[in-house]
Amino acid sequence: MDKSPEEIPFHNRDQQNVLVMLEEAQYEAGCVSEARIAEVAESLDVSQSEVYGVATFYSFLSVKPLGRNVIRVCKSLPCYLKNSRMIIESIAAELGIKPGETTPDMKFSFELTNCIGGCDKAPAMLINSDVHGDLTPEKIAQILKSYD
Amino acid sequence: MPERRVILKNCGVIDPRRMETFLNNDGFKALTKALNEMTPDSVIETIKASGLRGRGGAGFPCGLKWELARKAPGDEKFVICNADEGEVGTFKDRYILENDPFSLIEGIAIAAYALGARQAYIYLRAEYHYLLELLTKAIAQTKEGGFLEHVDIQIREGAGAYVCGEESALMDSIEGKRGEVRYRPPFPPTQGLWEKPTVINNVETMMNIPQIVLNGADWFNQIGTDRSKGTKVFSVAGDVDRPGVYELEMGSQLKELVVDLAQAKKVKMLQIGGATGKIIPHTMMDTPLSFETILGAGAITVLDESRNIVDAVYHTMEFLAEESCGKCAPCREGTEALFGIMEKFNRGEGTERDIRHLEDLANAMMPSSLCGLGQAAPIPVVDSLQHFRSEYEDRIKQKQGGAAK
Ligand SMILES: Cc1cc2nc3c(=O)[nH]c(=O)nc-3n(C[C@H](O)[C@H](O)[C@H](O)COP(=O)(O)O)c2cc1C
Ligand code: SF4
Ligand code: FES
Repeated sequence: MDKSPEEIPFHNRDQQNVLVMLEEAQYEAGCVSEARIAEVAESLDVSQSEVYGVATFYSFLSVKPLGRNVIRVCKSLPCYLKNSRMIIESIAAELGIKPGETTPDMKFSFELTNCIGGCDKAPAMLINSDVHGDLTPEKIAQILKSYD
Repeated sequence: MPERRVILKNCGVIDPRRMETFLNNDGFKALTKALNEMTPDSVIETIKASGLRGRGGAGFPCGLKWELARKAPGDEKFVICNADEGEVGTFKDRYILENDPFSLIEGIAIAAYALGARQAYIYLRAEYHYLLELLTKAIAQTKEGGFLEHVDIQIREGAGAYVCGEESALMDSIEGKRGEVRYRPPFPPTQGLWEKPTVINNVETMMNIPQIVLNGADWFNQIGTDRSKGTKVFSVAGDVDRPGVYELEMGSQLKELVVDLAQAKKVKMLQIGGATGKIIPHTMMDTPLSFETILGAGAITVLDESRNIVDAVYHTMEFLAEESCGKCAPCREGTEALFGIMEKFNRGEGTERDIRHLEDLANAMMPSSLCGLGQAAPIPVVDSLQHFRSEYEDRIKQKQGGAAK
């Protein structure tokens, strides 16, 4: 499948910054807004639909506003074996929202996720970029209190 | 065989924030040796002769991959370190990144020298964002120390997509795109990142490089089995008293790892290699761990006698259905269908016909899926039906109101 130089498609290497810039937006603003998508597209000479496609592909990017703190509880097998369900229930009870929802005061978004590489401390969850492991329902209230 | 720490030798010994502590433990000796005393070709010869195979799951011969990329035409080449570690039950790469980033950087720098690559990337999964600062600082210190004159190492972060651990999807992701699996050929060593020759290796694979360069191919060759050389780093989780990361010589028995080290009791089944890995019963615990038998990326999830196999497979299929990228129909539809049937069994509504349906789906998906996810997705179903068929049958009997165990 060797191609002659003419046939090799043109690569806009600036495009590599699409994901980098969307990640920045997500960390800064808690979401990737439409305005941001347009800006990124414009500045890197990539179509808006392409940028939108990237923004919706990755689970850590969100086009809808998320809460100031994003909780991601692991539900994969090793954590499930260690009662991740009870953790999910106690967070739901504590915050009064279900997975997939955000508290009305925009303090927390609550999501479920797959293995976060903390199975040695199962059940585990991420809040923003912090790992919390060896969770018990009793620990939840205290952990949530440490975020504002 | 007890634990044998070869590539984890610095973990818990050095301070990952201070390069001096690494230098005091033979740090960068291998890189210095490669740069000053070896040609790129002799580095590649050494890696080839060592028999090192990729630790990311597929076990491809490392030296051969490097040689293909070195010989591929083109001035611009890339090295990528795959730190996406998304497989369920795997955390060994995290442990390495946390404890010894410098050896990893050393391995990448040697790879870049061997290849003639001036740019290298570490692709770090979003879930490990908390390690970004540590890694960035380690690279900066290495650069200040003058060890990275020949190559620039940058970190690129993922954004939450299991499939981006697959090498071609990972490259699309570095290019800033949706992480979609590419049709092959071409393969990365000839046309990888931006269609330039690219070597992509797992974190643990890279960790072996300095040790091999420093101690020689013969030394490495004497560790392990016939076709699996060296040691392997395992992540053990689930029903064990001491979950964690263990390094053992290739060919060690599963029992030594799971029972002696991780302290599992009353084992019923083991899932080896994560969601797409094999499921085996406790009666096979004397199996040696190697590429010839079972290995994957070294993730081992242990289930004890209190566990239900159908439930475990159901959870595994849920993961695969969620993480299928949807690019090819056999996997997109197949993982959904497998999950749907497992859900039925979990509700106690499975039938004999559903078992046949599971088997038909598995046979259809394995050969026709585009990447390893779809090809391996039926394995948990197939293996559990082979070893634990009665648990499926019990569920059917339960439904019919018959006597179940
Ligand atoms: C769906 C899928 C996910 C993968 N995830 C990873 C991963 O997280 N880390 C990794 O090193 N390899 C992963 N791989 C394997 C890579 O495609 C590739 O084989 C590996 O990075 C090559 O490095 P190695 O030869 O050093 O093992 C995955 C493969 C597939 C099909
Ligand atoms: S096998 Fe699955 S994950 Fe792989 S390309 Fe096809 S749909 Fe995507
Ligand atoms: S399964 Fe939950 S962290 Fe791995």
